[in-house]
Amino acid sequence: MTMAAVLALAAGVFLVRLAGPVMRSRIKVSERTEILMKRGAMVVLAALVVTGALVAEDGGFAGWALPAGVAVGGFLAWRRVPIIIVVVAAAATTALLRLGGVE
Amino acid sequence: MFARLAALVGRDLLRDTLAYSIGIAVAGASFAALATAQGLPWWVTMAMSLLVYAGTAQFAAIGVAAAGGGPAAIVMTGLILNLRHLPYGMAVGHLYWDRWWTRLLGTHNLLDTTAAFALAEGDDLRRARIAYWTTGVGNAVAWTIGNVVGIAAGGQIGDPAALGLDAALPAIVLALVLPSLRDRSTLLAALTGAAIALAASPFLPAGIPVLLALAGLVFALPRKESDMDETSASRTGESGADEGDVEEAER
Repeated sequence: MTMAAVLALAAGVFLVRLAGPVMRSRIKVSERTEILMKRGAMVVLAALVVTGALVAEDGGFAGWALPAGVAVGGFLAWRRVPIIIVVVAAAATTALLRLGGVE
Repeated sequence: MFARLAALVGRDLLRDTLAYSIGIAVAGASFAALATAQGLPWWVTMAMSLLVYAGTAQFAAIGVAAAGGGPAAIVMTGLILNLRHLPYGMAVGHLYWDRWWTRLLGTHNLLDTTAAFALAEGDDLRRARIAYWTTGVGNAVAWTIGNVVGIAAGGQIGDPAALGLDAALPAIVLALVLPSLRDRSTLLAALTGAAIALAASPFLPAGIPVLLALAGLVFALPRKESDMDETSASRTGESGADEGDVEEAER
């Protein structure tokens, strides 16, 4: 990893981050557009959770321990448990399953 | 001072930010330890964490570098992974589009979690702003401290997977997304999008599948009469968001 690669990546990531608000500020945002953009971000975040829980880096199945932990966290969140407990329960579930030999 | 901060930000958000920041600090330490163990000089690691400031892209970048990828492959992989910031920026960009310096800092602060925390506040602009900046500050401080610790520890930090850290961040985002999934058309769009993303994951580079999920929005186009609600209500319950997707993958 060279410093040049780091700087190029940093510039690229910044431009991607910049693109959303710039596009947004160029258009007149109606109430419907606002709702659609919020839902769009929610849909991407939800897909990120699901793929993050189920897909390994190589594109294959991530194993059972990871989705089980996320599911436990999701269940607790649905029961309106505070996020700190959600986080600890999710991580602990995954860690314990791995400790027990479940991948 | 803590009382005044708690009064402005709110105890719940402070507590959530703290919980989230601890996870980020551990992630930062494991990133820096991994990078250091791969022979990356400390100043390149720190420059990356401060300037790129995107955890998943950074982990991917050192992964590509470790696999022998050149600078072009490193930059492309990181960029594709972070294209998802575009829809985030469109959804929350107005929260910091005021002065030049809030635009600069707010743009750099755009992350999965800062966007999710802000969006979880719903239509309350003031609360959304507070959530965006509070979680952003927590993330920045925790990420930096974690990186310093990781560099100092070098290869002595264990595998973060053993701690279940990889389950913690998706769980936080899930907790933040869940309330908006009570809206049936959003739920249907999210489930469809997640299924598309899962189906595409084996074939496309990481970062593209979550963008394809946006196709699910056809089920959530805002209309004057929300006539989609009844058709989706019979098929999916409110609790089905998580388990439903797990089943999806098994088929």
